[in-house]
Amino acid sequence: MLEVIGVSSIEQLFDEIPAELRFDGLKDAPDAMSEMEVAQLMQQRAQADGQPLCFIGAGAYDHHIPAAVWEIAGRGEFYTAYTPYQAEASQGTLQLLYEYQSMMTALTAMDVSNASLYDGASALAEAVLMAVRANRKSKSKRVLVPRSLHPAYRRVTHNIVRNQGIELVELPFDRNGGHTDPAALEQFVGEDIAALVIPQPNFFGVLEEVDALTDWAHANQAMAIAVVNPVALALLQPPGEWGSNGVDICCGEGQPLGAPLSSGGPYFGFLCCRQAHVRQMPGRIVGKTLDLDGKPGFTLTLQAREQHIRRSKATSNICTNQGLMVTAATIHMALLGGEGMERVAAGCSANIGLLTDMLTGISGVETLFERPVFHEQVVRMPLLVKDVLRTLSAHNIQGGYDLSTDYPELGGDAVLICATEKRTRVEMERFREKLERLVQMQGMKSCGAMPDA
Amino acid sequence: MLIQEQSREGRRASSQAPLQQVGQLSIPARFRRRSQPALPEVSEMQVVRHYTRLSQKNFSIDTHFYPLGSCTMKYNPRGCNTLAMLPGFLGRHPEAPENHSQGFLACMHDLQESLKEITGMRAVCLSPAAGSQGEFAGVAMIRAYHDARGDTARSEILVPDAAHGTNPASAVMCGYKVREIPTGPEGDIDVDALRQALGPQTAGIMLTNPSTLGVFDRCIGEIAGLVHEAGGLLYYDGANLNAILGKVRPGDMGFDVIHINLHKTFSTPHGGGGPGAGPVGVSARLEPYLPVPMVQKEGDSYRWLTEQDRPDSIGRLSAFAGNAGILLRAFVYARMLGRDGMARVAEYSTLNANYMLKKLQKAGFEAAYPNRRATHEFIITLRREARALGVNTMDYAKRLLDYGFHAPTTYFPLLVPECLLIEPTESEDKDTLDAFIEALITIEEEAESDPELVKGAPHTLPVKRLDDVRAARELDLAWKPGAE
Repeated sequence: MLEVIGVSSIEQLFDEIPAELRFDGLKDAPDAMSEMEVAQLMQQRAQADGQPLCFIGAGAYDHHIPAAVWEIAGRGEFYTAYTPYQAEASQGTLQLLYEYQSMMTALTAMDVSNASLYDGASALAEAVLMAVRANRKSKSKRVLVPRSLHPAYRRVTHNIVRNQGIELVELPFDRNGGHTDPAALEQFVGEDIAALVIPQPNFFGVLEEVDALTDWAHANQAMAIAVVNPVALALLQPPGEWGSNGVDICCGEGQPLGAPLSSGGPYFGFLCCRQAHVRQMPGRIVGKTLDLDGKPGFTLTLQAREQHIRRSKATSNICTNQGLMVTAATIHMALLGGEGMERVAAGCSANIGLLTDMLTGISGVETLFERPVFHEQVVRMPLLVKDVLRTLSAHNIQGGYDLSTDYPELGGDAVLICATEKRTRVEMERFREKLERLVQMQGMKSCGAMPDA
Repeated sequence: MLIQEQSREGRRASSQAPLQQVGQLSIPARFRRRSQPALPEVSEMQVVRHYTRLSQKNFSIDTHFYPLGSCTMKYNPRGCNTLAMLPGFLGRHPEAPENHSQGFLACMHDLQESLKEITGMRAVCLSPAAGSQGEFAGVAMIRAYHDARGDTARSEILVPDAAHGTNPASAVMCGYKVREIPTGPEGDIDVDALRQALGPQTAGIMLTNPSTLGVFDRCIGEIAGLVHEAGGLLYYDGANLNAILGKVRPGDMGFDVIHINLHKTFSTPHGGGGPGAGPVGVSARLEPYLPVPMVQKEGDSYRWLTEQDRPDSIGRLSAFAGNAGILLRAFVYARMLGRDGMARVAEYSTLNANYMLKKLQKAGFEAAYPNRRATHEFIITLRREARALGVNTMDYAKRLLDYGFHAPTTYFPLLVPECLLIEPTESEDKDTLDAFIEALITIEEEAESDPELVKGAPHTLPVKRLDDVRAARELDLAWKPGAE
């Protein structure tokens, strides 16, 4: 090969790199390992993290994933293909994405869906940018965001939109209900608001008054943006039907549809909207069309919105989607169907009810909010949550998400607990038992020192 | 046939969902949906067969040579996938406490350290979810740096005309105006034009080196000096890092901030269009602004650094820590390559590209930059064929599919007419490269003797050429119940 090129060494092929920039090779990078050696290292590290009993939700949910999902999504033809630029050689991925878009519109009752974004939080940022572009009645670039929305989503959205002059205005939550009281919006009547974000359920697991909030947005010339959990949607009213006319844009985290917890990623964000706004939508979109023989086929469409064509005038800088995760989600939804999804959602709802009953049977443990929830619940502890969680984790139980950093106004004793359909009665009983012993020992000692339980 | 069209009322994959009926619910009726969503009602076997068959309609690295320029479609070792999918990693909740996280965090820390050395940067954050998010993070850090110094008149980011479309789009998302810089005749940036464009309004420049033209920009030292002199910063788009791994480092070239596409250089799967991962690295002056979370080693243990630890950070860009499972795959890949393997990646990918370029030139194809060395990729222009035979680059690309090769990147970069950007990667052997070259030579002959054959391609795939105009005009983006 060198002879064909006309050089005497591979090194000569790098002769256009100025010599003063070259470095004399990597020094600190480790030696190569065989697959066996790296497997031993990884097994040791994976085992070190154990397989604890998880009652944390907070945006990532431990659902059962049917075996067939990753058996098929992991096939090399899906796993090692790229963005379907050559449509004729990518009909598998393209048809799957079309089926995915169809499933998401069915689940959300929206007109169209894109082929996914990075995750739920960045999907909300894109939804906010999209709403500001699409709402031609508004000049303000002001967007109302409830404090009951996932705190990381609020931060990510702020970080992504802040350089474009968009202002996010926080709406307080009701301290009894844990929801956004529609009455809290009255102060904004008559003001120029580009969009209102509506989570369902919200970060506390609490169900919001979505009909009233959606109608308020439309009555005030604002776009309504729903942030929803796709598993909950099997039971809950879909955003396309909220209020009198449904929301304009709907987004959320796709992880509950077949993606393992996996330390927070890869997941995928979904984004759906009304037909009228499709040209403002960022990300890949697949359309059905015909080939030269009039046979149906699938292709990327509306690419004139995208960065590789429009460059600085694109709707977003997003390039890829989360293709493989969407592949898994599509297979996941096909395996469960509407009824299976409904059973999963109902299982979650029943389990959080059961867990709440068990834990609040302990003296001093009580629910913080009185409104209905989906699969999470805020519980007040008679002890500092930080200490409770540390002790539970030593017993291999992850007892929930400590709210004190994100919501200092709730004090140090509020914890967000979660039970999906996977948690068994035995597991919940183990959680209850450990917590009860902790509370009792604390009561006996009452000296402030933390017992070992 | 769509999976939706195979649906029969009441059919279920009964073991896939909980056995309990829905029963009584504590959720009041006014919050509930009125009817079940119209998802497919099919059996497990139908699902498996349907999606297995769909997969077979794809070209992929596992089944085909995939020389897609600027995408680095190298082999994805199976070990990376298997080891990232160990139960301890898959089941780890992103909010797991630190005592349940040391194994995972150790992997993240090791990868962070390796990337620092490979790129010559002072600090690395792994969390951006893709190249474009890495770009956003990088430009946002440039902006944060200028803002912190009160240097707020800098409103412009310079981008060469050969750049990926994400570069200008990312700059705009950070509130900057974009000014394009032309390329000189030999593929290097036009330094005189750059000199004229620089000024007190310059926030920075975004560069890919080697550039998307398949050549190393020899003026990089001078460019870095000029931009820094004007008070701007240099952004390195790591799309082509594969070409220089272990040979030359962005940090040594004078870059202040970079992103690395792990799905390219570090062989994590492309997955039909993601998930990727786009870690960012910075020089000392940008270190305070890196996104969160980052991993820190303290004594023998590891922990996440978050907003509380890093008050000047541009913040988080995804809810948790980015595409963690992809980062694990990259970590395994880097460990299997090791120090020497990294340099071999650059060497063999460059050897393969230069070999193909020379052979194609000898066969009469026109190189876009005939006087330059190829890097890990190169450009052929088919402008002569398009003019003389009426057969264009897209026709060649589609005909290549008939011969069992995924097409190279077409019509990018935009400044070379009728171009094919070809990147063989280090994974391929000489026989495969020769077979691809033979196919191009055969297509050239076909274009001369039977142009309609090439213009009508592909002929052997599940569909013939698709009508993109119709797709955009008569939008059909979702199947609706009762629509058939």
